[in-house]
Amino acid sequence: MSLATKVSQTRAVTSLAGTTRTRTTLRHRLVRLAERATTPLLPADYLDLFDPLRPGADLRGRIVAVQPETTDAATIVIRPGADWAGHVPGQYVRIGVDVNGIRQWRAYSLTHGPRRDGRISVTVKAVPDGLVSTHLVRRARVGTLIHLEQAAGDFVLPTEGGRFLFVTAGSGITPVIGMLRNLFPVTDSGVVRLARSTRYDIVVVHVAPREPDSIFAAHLRELDAVGAIRLVAHFTDEHGSFDVDALGQLVPDLTERQTLACGPAGLLDDLQTHHGQRGLDLQTEQFRAARVAIGDGGAITFAGSGAKVSADGGTPILDAAEEAGVLMPSGCRMGICFGCVLPLRSGSVRDLRNGAITTATPGETAGRGVLVQTCISAAAGPCELDH
Amino acid sequence: MTVLQKKPDNPIAHLTATDIEQIGIELDDIRQSVIDTRGESDANYIRTVINAQRKLELGSRAVLLASFFPPAWILGTAGLAVAKIIENMEIGHNVLHGQWDWMRDPKIHSTTWEWDHASPAEQWKHAHNELHHTYTNVVGKDNDLGYGIMRVDEDQRWVPLYLAQPLWNFLNACVFEYGIAAYDLELGRNLRSKKRRQSPEFKARAKQVLHKIRKQMTKDYLIHPALSGPSFLSTLGANATANLIRNLWSHSVIMCGHFPEGVETFERRSIEGETRGEWYLRQMLGSANISGSKAMHFMTGNLSHQIEHHLFPDLPSNRYAEIAPQVRALFDRYGLTYTTGSLPRQVASAWKKVIRLSLPNDFGRKRRAEVRPMPASHPTPAAAAA
Repeated sequence: MSLATKVSQTRAVTSLAGTTRTRTTLRHRLVRLAERATTPLLPADYLDLFDPLRPGADLRGRIVAVQPETTDAATIVIRPGADWAGHVPGQYVRIGVDVNGIRQWRAYSLTHGPRRDGRISVTVKAVPDGLVSTHLVRRARVGTLIHLEQAAGDFVLPTEGGRFLFVTAGSGITPVIGMLRNLFPVTDSGVVRLARSTRYDIVVVHVAPREPDSIFAAHLRELDAVGAIRLVAHFTDEHGSFDVDALGQLVPDLTERQTLACGPAGLLDDLQTHHGQRGLDLQTEQFRAARVAIGDGGAITFAGSGAKVSADGGTPILDAAEEAGVLMPSGCRMGICFGCVLPLRSGSVRDLRNGAITTATPGETAGRGVLVQTCISAAAGPCELDH
Repeated sequence: MTVLQKKPDNPIAHLTATDIEQIGIELDDIRQSVIDTRGESDANYIRTVINAQRKLELGSRAVLLASFFPPAWILGTAGLAVAKIIENMEIGHNVLHGQWDWMRDPKIHSTTWEWDHASPAEQWKHAHNELHHTYTNVVGKDNDLGYGIMRVDEDQRWVPLYLAQPLWNFLNACVFEYGIAAYDLELGRNLRSKKRRQSPEFKARAKQVLHKIRKQMTKDYLIHPALSGPSFLSTLGANATANLIRNLWSHSVIMCGHFPEGVETFERRSIEGETRGEWYLRQMLGSANISGSKAMHFMTGNLSHQIEHHLFPDLPSNRYAEIAPQVRALFDRYGLTYTTGSLPRQVASAWKKVIRLSLPNDFGRKRRAEVRPMPASHPTPAAAAA
């Protein structure tokens, strides 16, 4: 509840003044009164104790179900806060979840179209070194409060319909399943073909290591069986590794279709080349940023001033930056006062006291980055600070 | 206490440079053991405390809406005093130390937190985290030694003004949060010269403090009393009482941290080129603990584990109790005195020192010297006996 937040809130209220001027003034006065009664906190800090999902609260959600999909994947059903603005199938949501007490942010595709009960869902596959995915699949508990941002992303189907090819690999199926469920909902009596779905002609080429571990494989088969989509399933244990050059044979009318692809970087790069050579349109979606290599020392970039400082692995960022003439906040210079913290936007730093590595991946942090103490942190590879 | 380096029996004379570095290594290991196991249960702890504190405050203020009814006044005032103490000590002080920054929760972070206190978090962090925790008990550098208004060390020069320091100390205790705000502003130093008084930096900071104080006072002495309508005056009294209780309590606890007998102070020179081990050693000898129940530790914001807090100011406060026996064993192994005592004992010890040092160092001795006859003209006791 920094003062800054508070000021901006007050201003937001002020700017509402206009058509319903008197009402706004009254409301504004009440808000001011409530703020005066709760200072130095905000009224929201107390309201959050009782209803963290109320209108006007920071966007959060509550886990209402954890449904296993395969042995290492689960769908997390979430009741979003009142201010959830809805989403278009194919979009993703950024989720902030506490793992071992530490807030981590990740983006996941929404795997349902807008649901009648207002809930949203993400389907997560636990990857071997995946801190958050493993936590969500294995340890997420119903009732847990998580943090959300509004849905985002333009990996969506045009509303006017058309002929499409989806190329997905592994959990790359998740945004696509959101779109398919929205067009062809499955009820107790089977797949429903809604009127809006008649405008779409869809082929799905799905690549996965083996069928039993493949998320939504059964769902895709079902849609294929009733003719809602045409499925080309490629399981590498059965069919060998996938070659994008085979696309032309697998999908003879490839050139008449718009391609949307989601999967690992390797596949997307290959597709880019393949489609580029043929002059075909390609829309891609990838979440996982490339892993940062952890090194010893490196170039430190200051996003605000644009300054670039190169430092070895034994020099605190604070010292290296000051040496190069960057004006830095500082304090005790021994790691105790927290007067020098700055947001790390990307890259890794090493705590010189115990060697602990802190890594910031864009899109996986809250706000401006992970706050690090510059007086006891050295660059561990190239890194960027928001200062 | 007197500056350690001038003492006839220096309590660290038996330690070699290697010993001191070894102490540093062992303390680093203790710190690391907490960091390695820091996680969900700690996060749950601080969230539970914050949640409970806010509900206690809300509940107490709600009860005070009917404060004209005496039982409501007593219950509400007691609840509010406890809520305010927890807010400042176990929550505010420790969050502002960055003890919970590792959670990466922007709502519980040293860079965003503001507390129910006259001193703005920003200014308090500078004076406390940066100056006091770095220069702990270094005479002339650590203003916490007597807060710049008292003499708490033989090596601070005596002036007649100090005769009144027991009174200052009591008055300061009553309005402690304002005392701290003034102290964080370095009011004494800044008001002395015209140049300092008129510097834009000082003016801006003073304005910030006055703004904070105005908001704090409006809340406790205007808004909440007004909300209780006919109970206006009794609610105002209740809020003032709760603030007074918190001031007296936090003043007592904080006096116990560095003032009791047995705590060492250091020469300015001695910290030049100080190693990590030497810094640790200074924290070990410059702090005193309070022994007591779990509830007492909690209500002091775990500042009762002052030694552990000064060694590891950024470790979560709920973990100090667990490492205290290891720290104490280390003191024993290296032949150092772990200063600790019950709350009444340590408060009495600190007050005794405030009273004793209000007089010049040689006050008692001088008087004795006057009554004692000159040895040259009288036989010594031994000679007389012979």
